[in-house]
Amino acid sequence: MSVSAPSVTSAPDGSRSTSGAGRRGRRGPRTRGPRTWLATVPLLAFTGLCFGLPVAALLYGAFTSDDPDTGATSFTGEHVERSLQGPYLNSLIGSVQLATLVAVIGSVAGVLIAQAIVTSRRQWLRSATLTASGVLANFGGVPLAFAFIATLGISGVVTELANLGDLGWNLYSFSGLAVVYLYFLTPLMVLVIIPALDGLRPQWREAAQNNGASGWQFWRLVGLPVLAPSLMGGFVLLFGSAFAAHATAAALVGGSVPLVTLKIADALSGNVMVGQENVALALGLDMILIAGLVMAVYLPLQRRSARWLH
Amino acid sequence: MAALTSTSTAASLDDAAPVRRTRRRPRVWRGAVLGLAGLYFLLPLVSSFVFTVHVPGQGVSFEAYTGIVGAEGFTDSLLLSLGLAAATIALTLLLAVPALVAVRLGSPGLRPVIEVMCMLPLVVPPIALVTGITTVLRWGPEKLSHTPLYQTFLAVQDESFPLVLVFAYTVLALPFVYRSLDAGLRAIDVPTLVEAARNCGASWPQVVVRVILPNLRAALAGAAFLTLALVLGEFTIAALLGYEPFAVWIVTISGAQARMSVAVSILSLLITWVLLLVLSRAGTGTSSASPASSASPASSKES
Repeated sequence: MSVSAPSVTSAPDGSRSTSGAGRRGRRGPRTRGPRTWLATVPLLAFTGLCFGLPVAALLYGAFTSDDPDTGATSFTGEHVERSLQGPYLNSLIGSVQLATLVAVIGSVAGVLIAQAIVTSRRQWLRSATLTASGVLANFGGVPLAFAFIATLGISGVVTELANLGDLGWNLYSFSGLAVVYLYFLTPLMVLVIIPALDGLRPQWREAAQNNGASGWQFWRLVGLPVLAPSLMGGFVLLFGSAFAAHATAAALVGGSVPLVTLKIADALSGNVMVGQENVALALGLDMILIAGLVMAVYLPLQRRSARWLH
Repeated sequence: MAALTSTSTAASLDDAAPVRRTRRRPRVWRGAVLGLAGLYFLLPLVSSFVFTVHVPGQGVSFEAYTGIVGAEGFTDSLLLSLGLAAATIALTLLLAVPALVAVRLGSPGLRPVIEVMCMLPLVVPPIALVTGITTVLRWGPEKLSHTPLYQTFLAVQDESFPLVLVFAYTVLALPFVYRSLDAGLRAIDVPTLVEAARNCGASWPQVVVRVILPNLRAALAGAAFLTLALVLGEFTIAALLGYEPFAVWIVTISGAQARMSVAVSILSLLITWVLLLVLSRAGTGTSSASPASSASPASSKES
């Protein structure tokens, strides 16, 4: 362990990759030599087999159809076309709407909470919030759904105490699902945005004040532009998580809210007509395209925002 | 920057009055925000607990908790989930650690390849992955029934310990494990450490086990925690492939025993909490106990 201490403190983060490369170029042959790539083979083989194969099967199935009589396989765009029509299109739109709604609310709430924590001088509050956020951001899925059924479901504790049923409250609906999703998405936003808010140096605020800027002007001209990549990145991350979420919705609403994940699960478990499996694959492909778009936005933003954090 | 700071603090001390006015407003909204957030996040926990112990018409009863251990399927499903989690953690780390250390030591050209391969699963939602997996598994009986590969297909889908779930969970965990390990490796100077150890006469296994792995303790603990939380809570893939680990079991009993399903849900949250605390302790060791470190395993998932 004693070996590590100096290297941790002495090595600045940003210059690591370049200095490391130079060192490797000079001493590379003397260390492990040319056979290091062998250690990456298991990982690459595994991802190729266990990830590449299913995805390839999905693509293949989404674009082909088997003739039930002859057994011949032919390429077709029919499944993808059908996945973009009628109830399937509705479910895709429903998922995108829900994900957008919770991503907007979750981002705003997360930023407000994070800013309250960052500006607070109470250290225990900060560490308690960080730990709680770490746990709650992982508290998705089935247990979360049941906690909310006990709270806001038809015979839930809060529903009965506040007579929410008479007010028209229904947990098993679009807005009910949004309330549940926010429970793990808001902490996620807090975790993502706190480092960025920490990176907003007090000096910048002081400099703005010395130049006569109001609080609003500081946020509009300095704070938000600096935070923008992190904010966008957090928003996109929340959108992606909400869009891909299935377990919470499955345990909560069954099929009463049109969501693409629920439609795929229905088609896979044979709750629909024969021959719909390929439409499930096409819906899966639609999801991958949307999630891919989201990641294409998120990863560059992540890199850009990292610039301000050091 | 330092000079600027000192002058500006001096300036703000001079006009103490306006500064105080701008500081008071935040305190009000800070209290409101934290109060509302506290209410929203605590209410479901408190009322879930009330729901489990308060039976209308009968008063308070802890039956929902005492009955869990004896409930049918509880032990089996929990053991299955824990076994899957252990296997997934072992497989992910065995695959990722050598590859990541190797690209830092001698194959920097492979680094983008490894990064892309580890990050790609983020683009494929679990529900889409499981549609692909079922398609592949259906090929088994249809096309391979006369080849030796068929036995592999059967072994992978074994009811008592479905390896196919381990493989799927490993794929899902790779992005988070990659980020955790990559951050850990970035914080240490691997080539220098390896060289120092080699100069001291250490063999390659010794270098890995006694130099690199101890320095990656926090990253390894973070990766293990994320994988564990992922596997214990995973529902989609297991349910659609027809297995019954813990999360699927909770849904199965919810129809007949609503109270118990909520009780188990609360317990699973508590278990996650305890694991996070234990692993962040194990990860940071005694050297540094910074407040942010307790949340680092989870935050590394997204950062």
